Amino acid sequence: MANTNFEKYKSDGSLPGNLLEWVDARFPATAMWKGHLSEYYAPKNFNFWYFFGSLALLVLVIQIVTGIFLVMHYKPDASLNAAGIPVAFASVEYIMRDVPWGWLVRYMHSTGASAFFIVVYLHMFRGLLYGSYRQPRELIWVFGVLIFLCLMAEAFFGYLLPWGQMSFWGAQVIVNLFGAIPLIGEPLSIWVRGDFVIGDATLNRFFSFHVIAIPLVLIGLIAAHILALHEVGSNNPDGVEIKKKKDENGIPLDGIPFHPYYTVKDIVGVVVFLMVFSLVVFFAPEGGGYFLEYNNFFPADPLKTPPHIAPVWYFTPYYSVLRAMVWNFFGLDAKFWGVVGMGASVVVFAFLPWLDRSPVKSIRYRGPIFKSFLTAFVICFFILGYLGTQAPSYWGEKVSQVCTVIYFAFFLLMPWYSKIDKYKPEPERVTWK
Amino acid sequence: MSKEGKMDCGRRRLIVATAAVGGAGALAVLVPFVSTMLPSERAKAAGAPVEVDISKLEPGQMVTVEWRGKPVWIINRTQAMLDTLPQLDGEVADPQSDRKQQPEYCKNEHRSIKPEILVTVGICTHLGCSPTSKFKPGVDEGMTPDWKGGFLCPCHGSTFDLAGRVFKAKPAPTNLEIPPHMYLSDTRILIGEDKKGA
Repeated sequence: MANTNFEKYKSDGSLPGNLLEWVDARFPATAMWKGHLSEYYAPKNFNFWYFFGSLALLVLVIQIVTGIFLVMHYKPDASLNAAGIPVAFASVEYIMRDVPWGWLVRYMHSTGASAFFIVVYLHMFRGLLYGSYRQPRELIWVFGVLIFLCLMAEAFFGYLLPWGQMSFWGAQVIVNLFGAIPLIGEPLSIWVRGDFVIGDATLNRFFSFHVIAIPLVLIGLIAAHILALHEVGSNNPDGVEIKKKKDENGIPLDGIPFHPYYTVKDIVGVVVFLMVFSLVVFFAPEGGGYFLEYNNFFPADPLKTPPHIAPVWYFTPYYSVLRAMVWNFFGLDAKFWGVVGMGASVVVFAFLPWLDRSPVKSIRYRGPIFKSFLTAFVICFFILGYLGTQAPSYWGEKVSQVCTVIYFAFFLLMPWYSKIDKYKPEPERVTWK
Repeated sequence: MSKEGKMDCGRRRLIVATAAVGGAGALAVLVPFVSTMLPSERAKAAGAPVEVDISKLEPGQMVTVEWRGKPVWIINRTQAMLDTLPQLDGEVADPQSDRKQQPEYCKNEHRSIKPEILVTVGICTHLGCSPTSKFKPGVDEGMTPDWKGGFLCPCHGSTFDLAGRVFKAKPAPTNLEIPPHMYLSDTRILIGEDKKGA
C-alpha cells in the first residue's frame, strides 16, 4: 500500500517551503511522510486491540532511552569489590541509591521489560483473533516472530546484568539448555559462557549482546515488520481486504489516513498506558515479585541455588513446557526433549500462516471449533505460565503435561480443524458503526 | 553482460570466482571473531585442585567447597544413611553407576573411595542448578512420606539419593558427577587430582 510515487514538494515561496523543497529534491521526505503516515490508508474499523503495536514501539523507545542512561553508571564486572560484593551488583545498588533519579530510570527500565511483553503478547493475540498472519501478511508475521525471539534474547541477556541470585541461576539453567544438544551441546555451552561456569566472561558478553547486538537486530526487524505491513496494508477486525473496494482515486473506501486519524487514536492509548505504567513504576516497581524477583536482591552466589528459582513471568509458559518433558525418547535424554519442546513452543508461532486453512480470517466469522481451540490455548498458556512460577510438584507436572499437549494441539491440529469448522460468510466491506 | 540473449561465459566465470573468493574471505574472518568467545587462557588456567580438611566433619554433616567455580559437596554419611542405598536400587535410574559420571574407583554401591565420605559436584545434571540437601527421611523437609534422604533440585524437581544417584523419571539424565579426588592423608582430600589412583 505504501505508495512511493509521490510528487516532489513544490515550495510556496516561504522559507520553510524552500527548505522542504531543497530537502525533497535530495531525500524522499515527502514520499516517506505520505507513504507511511498521511496517505497510508488503514481500515477505519480498528478497535481496542489495535493499540498494542504502537505501544510496543513506545516501550522500545522507553527501553532504549532508559538503557542509554543506565549504561552510564552500570559496570559489567563480576569481581568482588572491597566490601566483598560483586561490582556489577553494587553498581546497580549505586544507581538505585546514589545516582540522582537513578532509581526512577532503573525502575522504568525494569518495568519496561515486563510492559514490553504485556503489550507484545496482546499484540500477538490480536493477530490470532483476526487472522492477521494470513495471506498476504505471512512475512509480517514471520518478522514478528523473529522480533519476539529477539525480545526474549534481549530480556534474557539483560536479566543477567544485575548479577543477583536469579540472574546467575537463571542464566546457568538457560545456557545449560544448549548442553542438552547431542554431540555439540557441551562445547557450545562453554563457547556461549566463555568459561566452564557462568562468570565474568559471561557477564561481559551478555552486556555486549544486550546493549549492542540484539538492539541493532531488533530495530532492523522492526523496520522490516513495518515496511512489510505498509506494503500489503493492515488487516482489520473483520479480516476483509479493504483494497478490494477502492474509489475513483484508488483509495480504499474503508481506509482512512493513518495520520491524523490513528496517530491521534494511538495518543489516547499512550496516555492510558503511561498512566498504568507510572502507577507500577512509582507504587509497585517490583510487581509483587513478578517484575523484579526477590531473590535477585541477593548477590550471585555460584555455590548456592536459591530454594525456589523461577524465570521472570514472561518466560514461565515455555519454562513449564520444558519441565513437562520427563521421558526419554529415541535414546535421547528427557532434558533434550525439554529443550526441543521449549524451543518449538515459541517457533511454532511462525508456521501459523500455513497451518490455518479456514476460508475466513477473523474470529467474528469463525466457527465453534476454532473458538474452542483458541480459548483452550489461551487458558493453557495462562496455566503453564502460572505453573512455571511455582516449585515443581507432582500435580503441577501432570497438569503442565496436559496443557503442553493442548498448546501444541492448537497449532498442529489447525490444518484439520480450521478446515472442517463452520464459518459465517465475510461481509463485502468492513462493518462499522 | 549478455548481447542478443547470449551469455558471456568468461565474465560469468569471473563473477562466480570473485564471489567465491570473497565469500571464503568472509567465512575465514569469522574464525577469529568466533574464537574470541572461547574460554580465555586465564579462564583455562583457573582450574587448580583444591585441598580440604575434613577432620571436623561429623557424621551426618556436609561441607561445600568451591572447585573450578562449582560447588563440591563432601558428606560424611552415617551408617543409617548408607543403609538406604541398597534399598533404593530399584528406584534410581542408574543403580550400578554404569554411565561415566564418576572415576573408576568410585563406581561402587556408595560411589566413593571411603564408604562414608561422599565427594560429589553439587550441580544437577539437568540444567546446572545446585540441589538442596534433604537429609531427613519422610515429610519433615517437605518431601514425600517414603523419602529416605537425599537431594532435591529446586529448579526442575530432580531428586537424588545419598550417593547422588538420580531417581527414575526425573528431568536429570544422569547421577551427580563425582570429581577426580584423592586422600592426601586420612582427613585431607585433594579435589581435582587423582595421580595416585584410588
